[in-house]
Amino acid sequence: MVKDKMDSEFSLIKPKTLNEVRAMIRKHKRNDFIFSSIGLLTIIFALLTLLILFVDLVMDGYPKLNYEFFTDFPSRRAAHAGILSAWVGSSLIMLVTFITAVPMGVAAGVYLEEYAPKNWFTDIIEINVTNLSGVPSIIYGLLALGLFVYTFHLGQTIVTAGLTLGLLMLPIVIVSTREAIRSIPIAIREAAYAVGATKWQVVLHHVIQYSFGGILTGIIIGMARALGETAPIITVGALTFIAFLPPAPISSSAPFISFEWLHSGFTVLPIQMFSWLSRPEHAFHINAAAAGVVIILLTLLMNGTAIWLRYRIRKNIKW
Amino acid sequence: MSENKLNIKAEAKNLNFFYANGTKALKNVSLPVYENKITALIGPSGCGKSTFLRCFNRMHDLYPGNRYEGQILLHPDNTNVLGKGVDPIEVRMRISMVFQKPNPFPKSIYENVAYGLRVRGERSKSAVDDKVEEALKGASLWNEVKSRLQDLAFNLSGGQQQRLCIARALATDPEIMLFDEPTSALDPIATVNIEELMSGLKNKLSILVVTHNMQQAARISDYTAYMYLGEMIEFDATDKIFTNPSRKETEDYITGKFG
Repeated sequence: MVKDKMDSEFSLIKPKTLNEVRAMIRKHKRNDFIFSSIGLLTIIFALLTLLILFVDLVMDGYPKLNYEFFTDFPSRRAAHAGILSAWVGSSLIMLVTFITAVPMGVAAGVYLEEYAPKNWFTDIIEINVTNLSGVPSIIYGLLALGLFVYTFHLGQTIVTAGLTLGLLMLPIVIVSTREAIRSIPIAIREAAYAVGATKWQVVLHHVIQYSFGGILTGIIIGMARALGETAPIITVGALTFIAFLPPAPISSSAPFISFEWLHSGFTVLPIQMFSWLSRPEHAFHINAAAAGVVIILLTLLMNGTAIWLRYRIRKNIKW
Repeated sequence: MSENKLNIKAEAKNLNFFYANGTKALKNVSLPVYENKITALIGPSGCGKSTFLRCFNRMHDLYPGNRYEGQILLHPDNTNVLGKGVDPIEVRMRISMVFQKPNPFPKSIYENVAYGLRVRGERSKSAVDDKVEEALKGASLWNEVKSRLQDLAFNLSGGQQQRLCIARALATDPEIMLFDEPTSALDPIATVNIEELMSGLKNKLSILVVTHNMQQAARISDYTAYMYLGEMIEFDATDKIFTNPSRKETEDYITGKFG
């Protein structure tokens, strides 16, 4: 009786013959092939577009990519114009951005992940931080113009630009710090607490050390993004033609270290590029292409470093 | 038998435990932990044996909302481990723990064992060196790792990693060691090693071990407690529990009629 019932239930699914099974597998494999082909084509298309843009830029800018290009100030004559003030400006601003955004971002990320209680207030903070990383950068520029330039009277200076890009980078650092911390297994924390560690010891000896690779990656990617930003920098008042360098931070006579450079006017690489591009003469477009190559190479270098560092640091950590 | 020399190292008295979601996971549990003996906690999955074990070193304090009622007294000083004025960190300095899955830090073998001493602020290198060697010998791992103390702990096998975790827990001279199913992630040979190790360790300290493996409880423990649905059903000498239990529920579980 029971056997009859089972037979009738099984008969709903007819057993396949070997040939039918083979046909089915062939069909499934065809789907496999179709999907991987589409994926490959998409990737090739994306990479090719990028490559063509880059090659085009290199071919245009190649004649200008020499030593003088990096040591000349901008000039009315295209042949003598260089990016000295732009790369110095970019570097100094990145320095300010790094010094402000990294400690604050890492500390905020560690606090939110390790110390903050889970309640509606921290939920709101969390949603806000995530949203901030998606806010258009021009909004940061407007905020900085109102806050740093008009309220704090920091002027249209390197420190203002650095702080503005720092604001822009802050949510990226916070989010990547939190993600890196979250990937540490609970078992590791419990192991540390179980031998009598305090929360701070767990954070210092374990959490920060094991999430360092992820945090560093976030920092570098955030810096690479800040490097290419133009809109907020224009908003806070970058100059487009600047034929002097900020005062040197280190001097040979007392007091040796000077912070005058923070209050200097500035320009940055993307703005220099934009200003050349908006001129009618073709010779300046070559300069713009060369500056573009420099920006892209810098960004590639930074992202490459991030990937390499992550690989190096995570090699020793297997969860 | 040296029954007359039996001292109580710790005892749980009328312990209730509530998880943050309101679940009452332990119901009026009482249990003595005898000095220099191994006490095993057995029972089906979800009966609260791990929850109970983790009360002894206040592990539940790491997660907000958990609540204890009752006492766990630590002798000879009669400290109530669960007391409001008692710092969980102080408790963990005295009662160490070995977890279900080996959980070494992604650091060197040496640093893993030395970590408890670092937390205690031990600066002297030679003192730490001595203690690390002593702990690794205590965990019968020294001969296998003495030539590569600076290697990463992850390069050890699973059984070696678990013995490393025992060495880490041992290095701080705890009074009690808690084991939460210490061999459930290990192969039979590594399991035998850990069991022999535990039997040797009881000369130095008292052991409370959770196991879902009844044969293991019978092999290594001096006392056995059977728990079911958050309650302590029976506690007695291991021989007695496995040959002549006084409760029907215990007998059903031991003989495999249930669980």
